[in-house]
This record gives sequence, structure tokens and C-alpha cells, in this order.
Amino acid sequence: MSQPLTEDIGGYVAGRARWHPLEIAFWIAALASIFLLPNKHLILTEIAVLALFALSLDLILGYSGIISLGHAAFFGFGGYVAGLLAKHEIVTEPVLALLVSGFAALVLGFVTSFLVLRGSDLTRLMVTLGVALVLREIANQIDWLTGGADGLQGIVMAPVLGLFPFDIAGHVAYVYCLIVLFAMFLLARRIVNSPFGLSLRSVKGNPLRASAVGISVNGRLVAIYTVAAGYAGIAGALLTQTTQFVSLDVFSLERSADVLLALVIGGTGYLYGGIVGSILFKLMQDYIANLTPQYWQFWIGLVLVIIVLVGRERMANWSAPLRALLARLGPRAAHGVRTARPSPAARPSAADGP
Amino acid sequence: MLIILFDGIAYGMLLFVLACGLAVTLGLMNFVNLAHGSFAMAGGYITLLLVNRNGVPFFAALPIAFLVTAIIGAIFERTLYVHVYAKPHLDQVLFTIGLVFMSVAAVDYVMGSQQQYIQLPGMLQGQINLFGINVGKYRLLIIVICGLLTVALQFILASTRFGSRLRAAVDDPRVASGLGIHVKGVFAVTFAVGSGLAGLGGALGAEILGLDPTFPLKFMIYFLIVVTVGGTSSITGPFIASLLLGIGDVAGKYYVPKFGAFVIYTIMIVVLIWRPQGLFARATAR
Amino acid sequence: MAAVLETVGLVKRFGGITAASDVSLQVEKGARHALIGPNGAGKTTVINLLTGMLRPTAGHILLDGKDITGVEPHERVHLGIARTFQINQLFADLNPIEAISLVVSERMGAGRQWWRLVGKKREIIDDIVGLIEQFHLADVMYDRTAILPYGKQRLLEIALAIACRPRVLLLDEPAAGVPEAERHEILATIEALPKDVTVLLIEHDMDIVFSFADRISVMVNGGLFVEGKPEEVARDPRVKAVYLGEAVDV
Repeated sequence: MSQPLTEDIGGYVAGRARWHPLEIAFWIAALASIFLLPNKHLILTEIAVLALFALSLDLILGYSGIISLGHAAFFGFGGYVAGLLAKHEIVTEPVLALLVSGFAALVLGFVTSFLVLRGSDLTRLMVTLGVALVLREIANQIDWLTGGADGLQGIVMAPVLGLFPFDIAGHVAYVYCLIVLFAMFLLARRIVNSPFGLSLRSVKGNPLRASAVGISVNGRLVAIYTVAAGYAGIAGALLTQTTQFVSLDVFSLERSADVLLALVIGGTGYLYGGIVGSILFKLMQDYIANLTPQYWQFWIGLVLVIIVLVGRERMANWSAPLRALLARLGPRAAHGVRTARPSPAARPSAADGP
Repeated sequence: MLIILFDGIAYGMLLFVLACGLAVTLGLMNFVNLAHGSFAMAGGYITLLLVNRNGVPFFAALPIAFLVTAIIGAIFERTLYVHVYAKPHLDQVLFTIGLVFMSVAAVDYVMGSQQQYIQLPGMLQGQINLFGINVGKYRLLIIVICGLLTVALQFILASTRFGSRLRAAVDDPRVASGLGIHVKGVFAVTFAVGSGLAGLGGALGAEILGLDPTFPLKFMIYFLIVVTVGGTSSITGPFIASLLLGIGDVAGKYYVPKFGAFVIYTIMIVVLIWRPQGLFARATAR
Repeated sequence: MAAVLETVGLVKRFGGITAASDVSLQVEKGARHALIGPNGAGKTTVINLLTGMLRPTAGHILLDGKDITGVEPHERVHLGIARTFQINQLFADLNPIEAISLVVSERMGAGRQWWRLVGKKREIIDDIVGLIEQFHLADVMYDRTAILPYGKQRLLEIALAIACRPRVLLLDEPAAGVPEAERHEILATIEALPKDVTVLLIEHDMDIVFSFADRISVMVNGGLFVEGKPEEVARDPRVKAVYLGEAVDV
């Protein structure tokens, strides 16, 4: 066994999960936004919530190839659970309530996961949309609990960890959301860089061969669908906790479509797509809504149409240099990105492996 | 009980006319057109404008709605959709959702967001006594028109050259193309007719389903259910699926009002668990 | 004379078509067993049945005497059966290192570990390196599979199966479509397989079959036709009749 080859491969594998300077810069910027953009905390909170939601969709769509038009089912479920926990003072501490809501959504994800295992893309679209609509209808019908079409009123949030009360300006809310987003991101990063994460990409790429090399395709899909549901539930709970309100539209098709659009804008399969896309989406939405408050949906639709006509591959190629940089670090299921090819002879990172 | 059945059949046949274009599109080109409901909405609003604002007789407005929507469909197909056929399903979904958003907002802007009512001719209002039961005249009309359409469609598919070309192309586009069938042309015509039928269904259905800009969003799931449960390899599949869903929905809402809306979703989920390809799809269907 | 892999009366029907009828095959431990026959004879169907991709209409499959007919395909891999595909089934977006480390991690039971980073264990790295070297993939190991030349893809196809460290290896036309110039790499790899690995090989290239196999089964129209040592099969007039027009030289 040649030593240089072992070093090269060892170094490459170890380097895949290393933090890229751009990543570190990004999170420092996010941290800085707490202090540098105090007027924007409200919209930044919305972005953070959407980013977490889009991140959860990336786990099933970008990494595992499950097309879902009803991911809002878990978002909304988490949102309502969080609302009810707060309103009826069952769990008053927000972080704990967040975990409970996420867990509830996780269980819902597990229970419905078997629905997306079989059938074609269209079947999955249908079934996921159907589940979201069923939940919406349930929420509509049990209005004695959920407030029905009027939404759940009268939610009052206790201080985070008992120490930081939510303020009107939204500062505490933003820091809270940002920390949750970061923590969940770290976890997701770990997952996608693990052997499990690699197996997800193989299931997405070629489920037949994945099964032929010993991977239980259904088992992996159930696992990631469940986890992604939990993530979406946490995002929904964050929304409820930071706005102190939740209503039926958390289950709507528009909600599922918005998160899909945000993820697609940012790009699937490299974990940052959801975050980047959410920033772009929210800024775009804000800008358009200021121009035409009532008909901004038209422009969002137009953006969708243009994105598809231009081609996501082509868009990926425009950002190819940036993506090549990001691609070299860890999560690398990005579309159309040619793997950066370091020459086997000179790999500085090989020498200082872990 | 018979009235429930009657109403359910009317509803189901309406669903069928609305959804059959989608079924054939999906089966033929494996294209997920979530914007199908927008064509239905277009037909409804065109009829509204013709009848309410311009005094065109209702029965004359219906074929016009069909034609105009078919032409709109043909234009969209040639200019926009054709670029998206080869793309993955996710892109098709995004594209057609984008079209839905645009159409919903555009109609809201032009026509306002309130629900609209088409002025029905006097002869269609009220009830008629049929075999001892009082049935709604309008619903009777729907059953008659949709029934005739279904028979006509079946005839076209089974007994005309175009029909056999269409069936061949649905079965296997590559082989059909190799036999000299102009698959793209077949599809263009089929898409136009399917959109026209959706428009006609929207016009007929305005009275029963309600007509407002959110129509495509509200009823998207219904069309998709019909297509998924019924499969895409024939029109008998969606036909039976539509009847099943129509009767199920009406009966459900009557007998168990609280859970009536769930009946359709439950049927869909149960069917998809049992047979992911739909009730009537062949084993080799895509 | 222990049969490590055995089928008993295996039948597979698709509607009106019988792809495999009453196939009773014994593959002995360490054998180099070739399965040959005209196109459409059912050879790939047998492999699909052996790996669990298809459920038999009737019959049983035994591994080391244990009935595995109902075992899921991915489970059979863990029991020691691996296969290659006639048409490459690869992971287009993964590069060879990732693809092989996927299989190796899976084999070492790390496949479900979401908390570990890929390749932290030294044994996994060593295994990957060994396979990359063995299959001459070092010069393309960073490239996405989709852009690899066909010969390299074919090598990777076999490497993935070998990475499972199977006890029984089912090769479905490993040299299919490989240009003459690149065949020797494939052949050398097959020749170099460990002696305790049992190999069942489908091939049309008779040179490969007769240089490699110590036992040949001939399938025709879904059924086992003739079986025996290579020399016997080559001499059998019935086999020559079935392969009318094909020269069978030994």
C-alpha cells in the first residue's frame, strides 16, 4: 500500500468536513448582525426562521431526493404545539417548549414517513400535499383548541431560559432564533458529513445500487424524513414563539411553496442553500411587497418561472466559482459542480491531517 | 339518499371533465402541470364576462369558453411549457406553481377577489321532477353535458386515428415516434383540448364550486387526487376515480359534516398506500 | 463438496412470461462458476433472484444451507452476497473515493452512524486505499463518476461489489462494453480475486469463460440446460446447437 496514496486519501477524507474560511466568515457576520443591524432584527428573525425551515427541506430534497409539497405540515404542527404549550402554560420555558414541539413534529414525521417511501415523484407530491391539507383541515375543525380560522390568540411567552424576556423590538427573539439556527445547523452539518449522510446521497443518486451494497434504502429515508420533520417543527415553533401567534396558514400550500422556492434559489445539497436562499427570498419579498402589497404573489410566481426557464443548472454555473470553494469543504452534493481536483502531489492539508 | 347520489355524480362528472386533461398530459408527457386549475379558472371568468357583462347566452358562452381556453392553452404550450418538458419533476412543479401564483394574482388584480356568480338562464334554475325525485336542473345539465363529453372522448380515443395515435404515444412515445407519429403535435393538440375542457369545466363548475381567484389553489389537490387515484393510462380510470371522489365528498359532507372534507384526503392516502400507481394504472405505467 | 449457494426449483413468472423455470443450481465454495446461454435465457433473472431484487414465484434460495428466499436485498449483502450490474449502476455525483468509502463504511457497520465523520477509523482508510490501488482508480479518484471514462466506470462497478468483501460474488457480464484495450484490467482483477471467494459469472465472451471457469452451467429459455466441467460443456453437441453460429473453442 503506497504511503503517498494513503496520505492523499486520508487527507482528502479528513478535509471534507473541515470548516472553510467562508463558512466561519458567514457565521461571524451573522453574529455581528446582532450588533450592527439592530433596526433589522424583525426581518432577520423571519429570515432565520425561514432558513431553518429551508434547511430541513434541504435534508430531504437536496440530500435524499424526496420531493415534498407539504413540508409545511411539520412546520405548522410544531407551530401549533408550541402555541398551545405556551397558551395553556403546559411548558412555559421557551427552549423546553421548542424541544417538545420539535419532538412532536418528529413523531409526526416518523408516522407519515412510510407514505413517501413508495411511488413516483408525483405520488410523493400528492401525499405530502395531502398530509399538509389534512392537518390544515383538522386544525380548522377543532377550532375549540386551535382557534380555527382566527388563529390561536392569547399566546404570551415567558422569558427565554427564565432570564431573557421577549422584547417588542425583537432583539431577544432574533438572538434566540439565531442561536437555535446555528445549533441546528451544526447538527445537520455533522449528519451530512457522516457515513449516514453519505448513504443519503447514494440513495438519492441510485437507490438500486445503494440497496445492492447493503444500504437499507427505506430505513435511511424514514430516518432523514423524521429528522427533517423535527427540524421543520422547531422552525414552526420558533415562528409561533417570536410572533406570539399561529394560524391555519402555517399549513398552507403557499408556505410549502415559499420554502421550496427559497431553497431552490439558494441551491440544494450543500446546506447553505436554505440560508442563502432565505435571505434572498425575504429581501425580494420585502422589496416587492413594498411596491405592490396586494399582488406580490405575482412577482414571486414570475421569479419561479424565470428560475426554471433559465435553468437551475445554469444558475449553478454562474455561481460555480463560489460553489467550488464551498464544495471543497464538506457537504458536496451540489448540482453541476465539478469536484475541485487537487493534484495528488501537492496537498498541503494532507500533511496536517487530524 | 338518491339526491346525494345524484349530486355526487354531478360533482364527480364535473371533476372528471376538469381533470381529464391533466390525466392525459401527465400520462402522455410525464409532465406535472399544477397550473391546470388556472385554465379552469380562465374558462370560468371568460364565461362570466361573456354572460354577465356582454349578454351572451349561457349555452353559447360555454363552447366559446372551451375554444378560448384551448387557444390560450395552445399558446402557453408552444411558448412556455415546451421548454420545461425535459426538466426534472421538481422543476416542472416549481414552474407550474409559479404560473399558478401569477394567474391567481393577475385575476385578483383584474377581476377582484370576491366570489363571482354567473347569471344562469331561467330554465336552468330550480328543480325538475325526474323519476319522482326533485333534482336540481343545473346539476342535471352538468351530468348530461359531462356525460356526452365523456362518451365523445371515449369515442375519439377508441375509434379515431387521432385517438389511436394518442394512445400509442401515451403507451410508448419513442416507439410511437419511430412509427411516424408526430408525438409533439399530438401532445400540442391534446394539451390544448385538455385545457379547453378544463375551461369548460370551470365555466360549468362556477355555480357549484364557486369562482374566485383562489380557485386553482383550492382545487389543485382535487385534480391531483383524481389523477393519482385514477392513474394515467386510460380515461376510465380517472372517470371512475372522479365519481368515487365526487360521491364520497358529497356523501361525507352530508352524513358526517365535521369530517366531510377528510373523506377525499383519506381516500387518497389509503389508495396511495395500497397502490402507489393509482387504482387503475397498469403495472408498467410510469 | 459443500454448496455455498444453492437454488432449489427457482421459478419466476412475469404475467405470461416464464423467465426462469425450475432452476436448481449449486455453486460450490471457492468455485469459479460461469452461467452462460443465449440472450434472454434468464441469466440476469437468476442473479436478480439470488440478490433479492426479484421475488421468486416459486422455489428457494439457500446460502450455506440457510433459506434466504425471504431476505431483503440489502440484508443479503450483509450475509455475504454481492453483485455487479451488466449496465453500470453507479453513483453519478460521487467520486470513487466517496463511493468506495460509502460501501466500506456500510460494511463496517458505520453506515447508520450520523455522529461520526466519514473515514475517522484507520481501518476504513486502509481499506479504501487498498481498493483504489487494486482497481487502478488512483488517477481518477477525485473525479465525479459521471465524467469517468467507461473503462474506469466498469472497474469502479466491480470495485464497489468487492468493497462489500463478499463471500459470494455475482458478476453480470463484467467485460460488457469494455473496449478491447481496457479488458485486461478487468480480467486481471477477476483473476486476482481471493480463492475463498465464490464467484458466479455471467459472460458472453467465451475466452473469458473458458480461461476463468472451473464449472459451467448453460441456460436456455429460462431453464438449466447443461452443466459440467468446461471441457465437457464445450464438447457437448447440444450446447453447440444452441449456440449455432458461435465458435466454441477450447
